[in-house]
Amino acid sequence: MRLEPRPAPGLPILLALPVGAILVTVVIASLLVLAAGASPLAVFGLVLKGAAGTQFALLETLTRATPLIFTGLAVAVAFRAKLWNIGAEAQLYAGAVATVVLGTGALPFPAPVLIPLLIIAAVMAGALLLLGPAILKTRFGVDEVVTTLLLNFIMLLFVSMLLEGVLKDPMGLGWPQSQKLIAEARLPRIITGKRLHYGFVLAIVSAVVVWIIMKKTALGYEMRAVGHNPTAARFAGIPVNLVLLKTAILSGGLAALAGFSEVAGLKGNLTLDLSPGFGYSGIVVAMLAMLNPLGVVAAAIFVAGIFVGADAMSRTAGVPSYIANVMVATALLTMVTAIMLTRFKVRWR
Amino acid sequence: MTSAHAPVLRLASITKRFGPLTANDSISFDLAAGEVIALLGENGAGKTTLMNILFGHYVADEGTVEVFGTALPPGDPRAALDAGVGMVHQHFTLADNMTVLENIALGTESPWRLSFDRRRATARIRALATDFGLEVDPAATIAALTVGERQRVEILKALYRDARILILDEPTAVLTPIETEALFATLRKLVAKGLSIIFISHKLNEVLAISDRVLVLRSGKLSGERRTAGATRQELAALMVGQEVNPPAVPEVARGPVLLKLYGVSTGRNGTRQRLDDVSLKLIGGEITGLAGVSGNGQAALADLIAGLEKPVAGTVEIADQTVDDWSPRTALSAGIARIPEDRHAVGTIGDMSVAENVVIEQYRSPSFSKRGFLDWKAARSFAEELIRDYDVKCPSPEARIRLLSGGNMQKLILGRALDPDPSVILANQPTRGLDVGAISYVHGRLLAARQRGAAILLISEDLEEIMALSDRIIVMSKGRLSVPSARGERSVRDIAELMAGHG
Repeated sequence: MRLEPRPAPGLPILLALPVGAILVTVVIASLLVLAAGASPLAVFGLVLKGAAGTQFALLETLTRATPLIFTGLAVAVAFRAKLWNIGAEAQLYAGAVATVVLGTGALPFPAPVLIPLLIIAAVMAGALLLLGPAILKTRFGVDEVVTTLLLNFIMLLFVSMLLEGVLKDPMGLGWPQSQKLIAEARLPRIITGKRLHYGFVLAIVSAVVVWIIMKKTALGYEMRAVGHNPTAARFAGIPVNLVLLKTAILSGGLAALAGFSEVAGLKGNLTLDLSPGFGYSGIVVAMLAMLNPLGVVAAAIFVAGIFVGADAMSRTAGVPSYIANVMVATALLTMVTAIMLTRFKVRWR
Repeated sequence: MTSAHAPVLRLASITKRFGPLTANDSISFDLAAGEVIALLGENGAGKTTLMNILFGHYVADEGTVEVFGTALPPGDPRAALDAGVGMVHQHFTLADNMTVLENIALGTESPWRLSFDRRRATARIRALATDFGLEVDPAATIAALTVGERQRVEILKALYRDARILILDEPTAVLTPIETEALFATLRKLVAKGLSIIFISHKLNEVLAISDRVLVLRSGKLSGERRTAGATRQELAALMVGQEVNPPAVPEVARGPVLLKLYGVSTGRNGTRQRLDDVSLKLIGGEITGLAGVSGNGQAALADLIAGLEKPVAGTVEIADQTVDDWSPRTALSAGIARIPEDRHAVGTIGDMSVAENVVIEQYRSPSFSKRGFLDWKAARSFAEELIRDYDVKCPSPEARIRLLSGGNMQKLILGRALDPDPSVILANQPTRGLDVGAISYVHGRLLAARQRGAAILLISEDLEEIMALSDRIIVMSKGRLSVPSARGERSVRDIAELMAGHG
């Protein structure tokens, strides 16, 4: 078997890619559903209904999509410059910690002042956390895949330490959880009584801003140039290391917004299960979107829909909701394969 | 067995289109046993495309390929290999960390076999090597070999697979004159054994030296066919570019001021690369300074220094009498230094970005292309269109990815990008390497025009003829040091060659 490069594919093929990947995913997941002794048609019907069948389901999917949009954008931005940030999970928690530290009464300001301050603090915390690995990479050539991945575990243990120590809620009956945010620090709900909050709006705005940065600004151009060919970029006078550091700030900041929005919009406090792997799912989302910031929104809603739909389905059909993990993982693999197939022709000897 | 008259290879009306571009337009020819055909043509004339079709890398839109009377299935390199077609690519396809033996045997053994007979393979390689003058140690690692030796390994690889037809794509581009002679001796031995050879080149004297017949390609069409005996350089060059070519005329120009001065510059260690050792150099307006030398004697370090990629560890860099302290590619650019890099693909361009994105890469921060951090893509596109027009670049549109362009067209864009801001100093590092006659004279013309305008030009080239033809002053580099400059015509080729070898 050998791979041969192909000319650049047109837009229709690019759009067909994720659709094809999803179809293949459904076929593969069907086999598993059959193995679990249920009818694939019924199961997928239930998943679809659970994800978008009712107003409640749809709002739930969008709520779940919110952190995924942020982490997906973080990964898309970094991967574009070939800065392999696998640490969106840790940056998410950094944002959440900053939100809790400053949002539980330390800053007695009204909401219109406090919320922007919390956003800035969260972004700075996430950016700082990714700056470390980025500096190690640019100064000493340390592989950022290793450092960012391992920081995820360090961060989780650090949060655990905080929640057992200085950040522990004295009224929490001994549970490792932080105090609740003060009311001024909370993001309002979009529809009263429903869980969807203004974090979702912030996510959409972020996606548009990132799209503009990548497409229209000098910084986005520099990031793409550095990602495609750092040697040529350096020769042409682009400060490659500086661009990588700016990328790290942008990427880490975006991931941290996921933590801010989950705490301030949804949970109200910080616990160790704030993120069921949103940072890692962000990689899937970014790949499904082919690193396009607007595509990230669609991909995040799709991935969120599978998780939310599978939860609902497992309650009625008795197929374990793990099927959602399998589907998301399969979607990633088929998508990566599909991307490869558009760039290369496979020839069997 | 084939008789001497039946063709071993027949290409019948091969046509290949890439979008609106017809790379090969109904090309037919025969190759006889024991014959050497030279395929001559400019970059982008369709030589490589044709050979890729023959070898099964591309599928032709029309036409057939027959080897020993049997049609090859299109798009199957394995079938071409099995039929006895071997190809030596311009860029070698060897695994650097493996031995010569492993590279040659790679792919000939079934992957499921747990062992293979090294002794027998080694003996066979040695026999082939002595028969054809391809001496190379089968146990040596590729990384330890010179370029010439690597090419021998590539040829051995083809012979090991019983190739009867050998295609060589620009085989001399990377060789020294002595290595080229050795290659030609090998090719003659191969032909004597009845092999047939297709020799792809754009160097006229080599084509005349080695081939029996010359096929000339121009813009995808077969523009002429000549028996080598009786063909002349002028005639072939005219067929190739469609017009007569003349050596560049170098008019007298008034000397300007010293525009760039290196004084006692040394650079630091950088791997195994030759560093600069106490180098002093003046580049004068209205002058082309030619830097001759065997490659690997510090030219790369000097080019990187002037391009701003490398900082001196000792000595000073002065631009227009101002000492430069903070030295980077960006300061070099803003000081008015234009740079034409040695490697167009890896350093000069970003293959996956568009022509427009590539041509603004040195200027995107200027007010004409960006405002408050936002890029003006409309201006970038019209700048690209301007360069495409002014520099006669063949390219579908400013949106096309630059990797789709031929080497010559890529070089014209790099030239346009570098010369557009009217630089005062021009660093031209191997500006015509791998280019065809038409593109070479184009590049020379542009450099001479810049000289006329008063720019100071440093021309680094391994082509001594080019240095001698263009330079007002010639400096020879050896072991990181520079010779005393000599004026045009002051030193003979022999003297310069002596200096290049490190004597004198």
